[in-house]
Amino acid sequence: MAVVFEKTKGLTDVPFSYCPGCTHGIIHRLVAEAMEELGVLDKAIGVASVGCSVFAYEFFNCDMQQAAHGRAPAVATGIKRVHPDKVVFTYQGDGDLAAIGTAEIVHAAARGENITVIFVNNANYGMTGGQMAPTTLIGQETLTTPYGRKAEVNGYPIRMSEMLSTLEGVAYIERTAVYDVKHVIQAKKAIKNAFLAQIQKKGFSMIEVLSTCPTNWGMTPVEALKWVKDQMEPYYPLGVYKNTLEEVK
Amino acid sequence: MAKVLMKGNEALAEAAIQAGCRHYFGYPITPQNEVTAYMAKRMPEVGGVFLQAESEVSAINMVYGAGGAGARVMTSTSSPGLSLMQEGISYLAGAQVPCVIVNIMRGGPGLGDIQGAQGDYFQSTKGGGHGDYKLIVLAPSTIQEMADLVQEAFDIADEYRNPVVILGDGMLGQMMEPVDFENVKKTKRNLPEKTWATTGRGNREHRNVINSLYIDPPVLEKHNYVLFEKYKRAEQNEVRYEMVNCDDAEVILVAYGTMARVAKNVMNIARREGHKVGLIRPISLWPFPKEPFKKTVDQVKGYLVVEMSMGQMVEDVQLATECKKPVHFYGRPAGMIPEPSVMLEKIKQIAGGAR
Ligand SMILES: Cc1ncc(C[n+]2csc(CCOP(=O)(O)OP(=O)(O)O)c2C)c(N)n1
Ligand code: SF4
Ligand SMILES: [Mg+2]
Repeated sequence: MAVVFEKTKGLTDVPFSYCPGCTHGIIHRLVAEAMEELGVLDKAIGVASVGCSVFAYEFFNCDMQQAAHGRAPAVATGIKRVHPDKVVFTYQGDGDLAAIGTAEIVHAAARGENITVIFVNNANYGMTGGQMAPTTLIGQETLTTPYGRKAEVNGYPIRMSEMLSTLEGVAYIERTAVYDVKHVIQAKKAIKNAFLAQIQKKGFSMIEVLSTCPTNWGMTPVEALKWVKDQMEPYYPLGVYKNTLEEVK
Repeated sequence: MAKVLMKGNEALAEAAIQAGCRHYFGYPITPQNEVTAYMAKRMPEVGGVFLQAESEVSAINMVYGAGGAGARVMTSTSSPGLSLMQEGISYLAGAQVPCVIVNIMRGGPGLGDIQGAQGDYFQSTKGGGHGDYKLIVLAPSTIQEMADLVQEAFDIADEYRNPVVILGDGMLGQMMEPVDFENVKKTKRNLPEKTWATTGRGNREHRNVINSLYIDPPVLEKHNYVLFEKYKRAEQNEVRYEMVNCDDAEVILVAYGTMARVAKNVMNIARREGHKVGLIRPISLWPFPKEPFKKTVDQVKGYLVVEMSMGQMVEDVQLATECKKPVHFYGRPAGMIPEPSVMLEKIKQIAGGAR
């Protein structure tokens, strides 16, 4: 029988721990497929962060290290400085990357650390039950903003891709989404570009993916996809923020 | 090579390089700045990596990444920096990542001062980070011993897959003494291959994972037992201490690091004055040497623990003597040196039967 579809070799057989309809799962698959298609699975070393993706070290079919909350870019730096010819990536949520780990991500980018960061922005702290993240939208209700996020109290959501793309050391940054097929395909292209930037030794690369958290947003998976498109995307415009690749595929 | 005259901080950096350390991550802080400067200069000469991190938080996590990836890796700092590293140290211990962490202590608490002190004994030997774990803590008292112990520290770290701390103080870091790098004392060890390191999978059948998360309580319990089996082995094999003039001693001074140098002088003065005084110098602060106390507790009138702190190691001495004999304490914090005259006075009181 002809094989029409196969699960990527980039993922193990361990079942995902994600809620039904959560797009963390789609993003995992895209990262895994990108690594497989680029032929780098045997030399990839990933860093799992703290958040719903904390078990990423069980899912990605390559060597992995689990990092303390927010510290994944520093851990990845240590790995990359030991193995400069291996492909090193982190997989981080928005609380991990844009709150507790702000210093680590900014300085990894500023150093032009030749690593790839997968940044999953779901506008809240998923794992701890849905608290405000630095990326939570104005007016968005969370456990710690029960009356909606107010700029007077909590300030404004941070746009990490825009911020980091001002740094010289950055080779590639793109913001993507996975709320429909077209965007899933684009997101995978972006992730491949980020890995390519690393393979070409261009410097720091990051792909921000707007992601859903139906559980904590109190929505059905379909409503959550629509919320990303209608509410998140206007504040977090999709697109390439920095690109120093030799040839964009 | 003949002996060379070197600052403690530089000697420990050179010793690390000679021990095969090729990755160093650190953040500037007095009084250990010579280590970072030396590494910045030397690492490129030997094809190694020196990287100045944006904080001690980041430095210790770089150490975690590099150590997990199989490298001999070191960081150095002074007290406030070590506080920032505690989270990372707990992860290093939990994930069994070998590395060497140097703490050139200064006065505290808070920003304190930059004078050499010994106020971080508790932090290094009793935890400091969260969870049940142990660090192997070595305290040199001369610059030659600093070089010897740095070499040894890397081997111990690799043998036990555990962080090892070199606990010095500002004075030891700043003073100059002759060092002989060719004849460093080293224990012969069969170091296991780092088959667990994240090097990229290559042709390996299994994936290597560096991790301290065990979400299932019985599994985490088992992991804790594995760690403590290892610590038990260290308690059997890695105890180090020096005993001087203890055979006939009625009063025994107990001190480590820089403080032990002062104590040794005081012991000699007291001997000249006719008092039977000895010295116990713990070199491994964890595992703490209990034997020298077991050997001497029946014969002595009492012990005098001297520390450049308000009294931390003294608690381990009380435990080791099982309070069978009086354990006296004299110390000064903030980088102030305990007075030899006060030590002599106390020795005389203890010899005279003071309790
Ligand atoms: C030092 C520390 N502080 C707090 C926590 C608790 N904690 C676990 S996950 C998390 C938030 C993760 O949110 P995010 O990075 O957005 O990931 P998500 O779960 O949304 O994918 C927090 C605060 C922790 N594990 N460690
Ligand atoms: S809590 Fe939210 S982010 Fe976490 S797995 Fe569930 S849906 Fe996904
Ligand atoms: Mg999140």
